[in-house]
Amino acid sequence: MTVIDVRKDPQALTLTFVAEFEAPVERVWEVWADPRRLERWWGPPTWPATFVEHQFVVGGRSRYYMTGPEGEKAGGWWVITAIDEPHRLEFDDGFAGEDGEPNTAMPTTHAVVTLEAAGSGTRMTTVSTFTSLEDLERLTAMGMEEGMREAMGQIDAVLAG
Amino acid sequence: MVVRELSPDEVDRIFHGLADATRRDIVEQVLREAQSISTLARRYEMSFAAVQKHVAVLERAALVTKQRRGREQLVHGNPEALQRAARLLEDYERIWRHRVRAIEDILAEDVSSPDIRTQDPEERTGP
Repeated sequence: MTVIDVRKDPQALTLTFVAEFEAPVERVWEVWADPRRLERWWGPPTWPATFVEHQFVVGGRSRYYMTGPEGEKAGGWWVITAIDEPHRLEFDDGFAGEDGEPNTAMPTTHAVVTLEAAGSGTRMTTVSTFTSLEDLERLTAMGMEEGMREAMGQIDAVLAG
Repeated sequence: MVVRELSPDEVDRIFHGLADATRRDIVEQVLREAQSISTLARRYEMSFAAVQKHVAVLERAALVTKQRRGREQLVHGNPEALQRAARLLEDYERIWRHRVRAIEDILAEDVSSPDIRTQDPEERTGP
């Protein structure tokens, strides 16, 4: 994998994630712009995402839901706040209720995505900003379960081998 | 909630993320021993107000707490908050590692079948 840098700032509650891909900038942009591609990577592996709406313009809304292992659904939304195709994307990401409408009682995250040419490939930098520690805790609850399961699976594989 | 002692590794990881050198040092100092702002101000050769500002930033991030003792306010470190923040950011990092791996798979497929455009799955399977 080509993750080249991760910077965590617990004080500012930001996570900066830098990765490089062997593909031109325009193609990496597509995995954000095209909902059919986007939904194949946005959700955790056992919580695949389905984007029912993806207005990829400034001020545009996206609606999606993720389906859990037991068939449970978790709704989400984006509001795009800046687009400079194919180099920069900013959006707010939050939770939605069963009706698909934003749940304002739940935390939102602001994401800034930057794509730049790096050799023959693309460097993607994502900066996620959380509003509070409590919000971050709620946001990672699902990911933690997933991470735990994955870790257990890996241990099983090692023991079996 | 179980409060664990911070290991030196954990402390290193957490402090690595603290952008401001003075604030990082303040947190380190007050984790060892609660200190007054005037003591801290002497250490950094800074004005009381400047240190107070740094402490306020740390306090808002729940990295330190202030407690009054007589005429002075003592600044205490909050190892629990630091640990929690570091652990949570690690979990979020794991989510992004998953995502990057999945993006790589999609990009690899795009190369082997460049004709797949952005149609709906239904359209793609049409005649």
